[in-house]
Amino acid sequence: MQAKAIIISGNGTNCETETAYACKLAGFEVVDIVHISKLLSGEIRLDDYHFLNLAGGFLDGDDLGAAKAGVNRFLHARLENSQDKIEDQLLKFISDGKLILGICNGFQLMVKLGLLPGFKNNYTKQKTTLTFNDSGRFENRWVYLKANPDSPCIFTKNIHSIYLPVRHGEGKFVTDSNETLEKIKSKQHISLQYCEEDCLEPSMKYPYNPNGSVDAIAGICDESGLLFGLMPHPEAYLHYTNHPHWTRKSLPEEGAGLKLFKNAFSYIKKHG
Amino acid sequence: MIYRIEVGFKPQLKDALGEKTRQRIYRDLNILIDSVRIVNIYTVESNLSLEQINLLSQGPYCDHIIQNYTINKPLYTDFDWLIEVGFRPGVTDNVGKTAKEAIESFFNTNLTRNENVYTSTQYLLKGELSEFQVDTIAHDLLANTLIQKYTIMSRNDFNPFVGLKAYIPKVIEKAKATVSEINLDVSDEELIRISKDGILALTLEEMKAIKDYIGSKHVKEQRLSVGISQNITDVELEALAQTWSEHCKHKIFNAIIEYIDDKGNTCTIDSLFNTYIKGSTKVIRESKGKDDFCLSVFKDNAGVIKFNHDYNLVFKIETHNTPSALDPYGGAITGIVGVNRDPFGTGLGAKLIFNTDVFCFASPFYNKPLPPRIFHPKRIFEGVREGVEHGGNKSGIPTINGCIVFDDRYLGKPLVYCGTGGIMPRKIGSKDSHLKIAYTGDLIVMTGGRIGKDGIHGATFSSQELHEDSPVSAVQIGDPITQKKMTDFLLEARNLGLYNSITDNGAGGLSSSIGEMAQDSGGCELYIEKAPLKYSGLNPWEILVSESQERMTLAVPPSKIEQFLDLAKKMKVEATVIGKFTNSGKFHVFYQGKTVAYLDMDFFHNGLPKMKITAKWQPKIQPEPDFPQPLDLNQTLKIMLSRLNICSKEYVVRQYDHEVQGTSVIKPLVGKFNDGPSDAAVIRPLLNSMEGVVVSNGICPRYSDIDAYHMMANAIDEAIRNAISVGGSLDYLAGLDNFCWCDPVKSEKNPDGEYKLAQLVRANMALYDYTTIYGVPCISGKDSMKNDYQIGNIKISVPPTILYSCIGKIENVRKCVTMDVKNPGDLIYILGITFEELGGSEYFALHNFIGNKVPNVDAKKAKVLYQSLAKAINLGLVVSCHDCSDGGLGVALAEIAFAGGYGLDIDLKTVPIKDINRDDYLLFSESASRFLVTIKPQDKIMFEELLKLNTFAEIGIVTESQHLKITGLKGTILINENIQELKDSWQKPLKW
Repeated sequence: MQAKAIIISGNGTNCETETAYACKLAGFEVVDIVHISKLLSGEIRLDDYHFLNLAGGFLDGDDLGAAKAGVNRFLHARLENSQDKIEDQLLKFISDGKLILGICNGFQLMVKLGLLPGFKNNYTKQKTTLTFNDSGRFENRWVYLKANPDSPCIFTKNIHSIYLPVRHGEGKFVTDSNETLEKIKSKQHISLQYCEEDCLEPSMKYPYNPNGSVDAIAGICDESGLLFGLMPHPEAYLHYTNHPHWTRKSLPEEGAGLKLFKNAFSYIKKHG
Repeated sequence: MIYRIEVGFKPQLKDALGEKTRQRIYRDLNILIDSVRIVNIYTVESNLSLEQINLLSQGPYCDHIIQNYTINKPLYTDFDWLIEVGFRPGVTDNVGKTAKEAIESFFNTNLTRNENVYTSTQYLLKGELSEFQVDTIAHDLLANTLIQKYTIMSRNDFNPFVGLKAYIPKVIEKAKATVSEINLDVSDEELIRISKDGILALTLEEMKAIKDYIGSKHVKEQRLSVGISQNITDVELEALAQTWSEHCKHKIFNAIIEYIDDKGNTCTIDSLFNTYIKGSTKVIRESKGKDDFCLSVFKDNAGVIKFNHDYNLVFKIETHNTPSALDPYGGAITGIVGVNRDPFGTGLGAKLIFNTDVFCFASPFYNKPLPPRIFHPKRIFEGVREGVEHGGNKSGIPTINGCIVFDDRYLGKPLVYCGTGGIMPRKIGSKDSHLKIAYTGDLIVMTGGRIGKDGIHGATFSSQELHEDSPVSAVQIGDPITQKKMTDFLLEARNLGLYNSITDNGAGGLSSSIGEMAQDSGGCELYIEKAPLKYSGLNPWEILVSESQERMTLAVPPSKIEQFLDLAKKMKVEATVIGKFTNSGKFHVFYQGKTVAYLDMDFFHNGLPKMKITAKWQPKIQPEPDFPQPLDLNQTLKIMLSRLNICSKEYVVRQYDHEVQGTSVIKPLVGKFNDGPSDAAVIRPLLNSMEGVVVSNGICPRYSDIDAYHMMANAIDEAIRNAISVGGSLDYLAGLDNFCWCDPVKSEKNPDGEYKLAQLVRANMALYDYTTIYGVPCISGKDSMKNDYQIGNIKISVPPTILYSCIGKIENVRKCVTMDVKNPGDLIYILGITFEELGGSEYFALHNFIGNKVPNVDAKKAKVLYQSLAKAINLGLVVSCHDCSDGGLGVALAEIAFAGGYGLDIDLKTVPIKDINRDDYLLFSESASRFLVTIKPQDKIMFEELLKLNTFAEIGIVTESQHLKITGLKGTILINENIQELKDSWQKPLKW
């Protein structure tokens, strides 16, 4: 079986090239960057792929709030000559047990669509959001992240900690209630948390926690672990020369961000 | 129906943007208030029902996890004062546009042109404030009355049951467009008046050339034959004014100049541009022979060089100064999004891979009264920073480096340099990508945004000083998302080979873009009423010269037009056929079937009379400084590190995405803590290749106070040595020259024009002299010649400023180095000689002197050094490398230490010097072509062998300690300071 990855582009998405490259390096035999107009025209269907990437960017400029107008398009825009919406294909994709990764703007999109945390397989109810950083600013900086070994997330498997860049103005993770937060914690939805260099404890300290996310949450998955979203950019660290300290110390040729994509690939190869 | 939807954060949640606003009100205006909360207003004018509006509010307009909303009543009433800021009619409202599209998606419908969403922002203030203070906050911080209007209201005057009335900033549409005729058969005075009143910026000589053309018998006959009046039409006059503007035609750079030097020698220069800029590039290309990497220089929107066998690089920098003075945010976002279209519209079009931005501002701490129509420099700083942030980040183009220069002479006009690089396959199908041609019969297609009155007269306006009546219509607000959609579409169309030529609509709008492209085929026919408008009622001349953003013009062959338009429709980008290219020799414009412009292409492009001007060089002798060496150089070093031109710009850098596209190799912030100042940026544009692109900048306007010749020489040297510092090579560097001058044409109100022109001539001479020695050809450039402010008797002129930028290729990015020291025990070298060259330095500026001994660049020596150093870096012998620039050796030592997190032990006695006997001069002299390099002790012999043709010395060692220790010329310890203290001094000034 060929493992097939799709990366949706258009309307302000801008990390599609490097995300596609990550998929390619991870081993995916088919990697397609597909402009959203091709989904809306019905030319291309999500069904044909195993791994959906919702890449970083500024959907519609984040004009109505991060990814809000994008969410609106996924939920309401009709496919050509049809009453179907992209959301219908998305829900089918999920029920087929396929993988979705949302990075930065893609994470914002997933959360606001309700794909995450997706309690009890309800993927249409928004329970959490990502809002303005406490600093009120967009920031580009590298952060230390600690993975949760108890999370079902298939993307962070065998990752203890990872150093990646964040590049966002709206990355503060917030829930609608304490119950939701408790549930996210107890059900191990938390996959990645901001921490200090030692990668021991989650940190609420700025700039280690760059946005003030509750419980230092940087990424969460659904109950199955097949849907995952995170604010940091693994696709921006595919090669050692991306690392801010590569001129200071010797690092493995392959960037640590690639591991997430390799995990996705292995999962697909194993589970067909 | 009109609905007013108010959306705001739930009261118990933090409003981060509100809090940021509160802090700025305190910091910038010194008004302390308790809190600010922000409410977003969507005013919807449409046929939707209340129920539908409610659905929208629950959906795309409000995030129910964190926000509340109300419809047609106020959301919050718990405040002391309210300020609401909305746009004036016709100003681009990007959020409103997205909000309208959201309605269309939501209800699967298309709204009419009369249904719209307008956005505004409400600031709810709590605290004890007077009405005057609230008005100050609104006027001096939150609203720019040029493009926005604001309402203020106290809680007492506010009716909580009604709230504010919905306001619709609709453009009042005119019923009928008109074409008027202008009789040019009038007196000279009248010609001048016509030019001035119409903001045409045409001189009397130029007006007379047009008068003669229109009056000639031949032209009269031809006009009769196509049924256009014997008088010139406003369409024609406006098109000519735009095409002939300084901005488009570079009249000063193409003038005949009589240059008289200080010894009275006279020479005549026929075009600075041809003589020095094109001239130097020609010589360099010839000498490079088969290694010449230039493909397209000076003829397209940007310069093109080879990158490798399969790809080309494209690079361009533009300025957007005057609009940024009037509306810093809008001016700057338009600047960056606008320059994006230059590489995009070069050859057959390039994918954009980096931005680099350089700003020149007055001090953000300026505390003297402001002249009329000038914003406080802090406000300009913040507005420009944010505009470029939104333009760059939202376009998904990494801002890989840049710098900010401070000088209070930028108070009248800030300089906003925005640059963009691109990459394109060398071949598109069978065509060379760097070439393009519009053929006879090709259709003229306009794509992207629509045309409004925004940006009318941008080109002529920027060709004048900022004055009382500067038109507000010249201000625009760029929309990166509309542009991103367009570029996504056009790259696909390019790859399918659907067009023959492409160019952007920048200065001069359609008249310039089509006028330029029509030179290929030799004419055009334009049906101006076909161009899509934002609102009706624009006159034909306005449609033709409007500079509304996010538009490209293309030449599409008739055989491809259907496919092109289908693709556009599918990708939801507007594309419209508005005419065709011909070989008639005429620039022929129709409006509803009637000819409204009929100009000979030759006159249109070549009818402009050459300007003749005089330049007189007389060096200015500045007082020599007489202050003694300070007793405590620890303190002096810290003060130097806190100078605005030296201190950390991390605050700005972090807010720009410098890593999108995943290509980052050398970032703007480097070192152990990711906060050291990088010399140049390196990216790897092809993710599967180790080949890199290096980008660097050089700018040193202070030196023009002494001699603009040396200012240029130092700017070139700085850009080149920055590129060398990280691993670039002289063999593969190209340059962009970007001149921002004060008016160099002598006139009654500009009595020292001849001196300023001499400065310009000298800068050009230096450009020729230095680029030819270094072998670094200019491939494109830009000039902005009227950076003056004059209102009443206040005149503020920018110092003559050059931004010289380099782009180059690095064969293997694995070899690159950064400026931070890496290991204790590494040896520290200085390369190059330190002279007593503090003229125009930061150190003299600290003591309020300029001095006279400006750094002289010895390019022949420097060239050998750069070649040796590049070899050493390539062999992996260099652990760190940093150039010495503003603040000299002292500042550079502090920077490499705190960036690396280690101390240094330095002995100044070992530094190669000439004519220096003061420690402070040695520390802060700004002599050019110098580097600080660290190497491993075991590489000493090999490194010194490689450098043997140059002057250099081992001056110290990297230490485990956290102290920068410097021993002076007399053997005493001058500086012994904790590097964290030094870093704090360096970071403090702009740590907002």
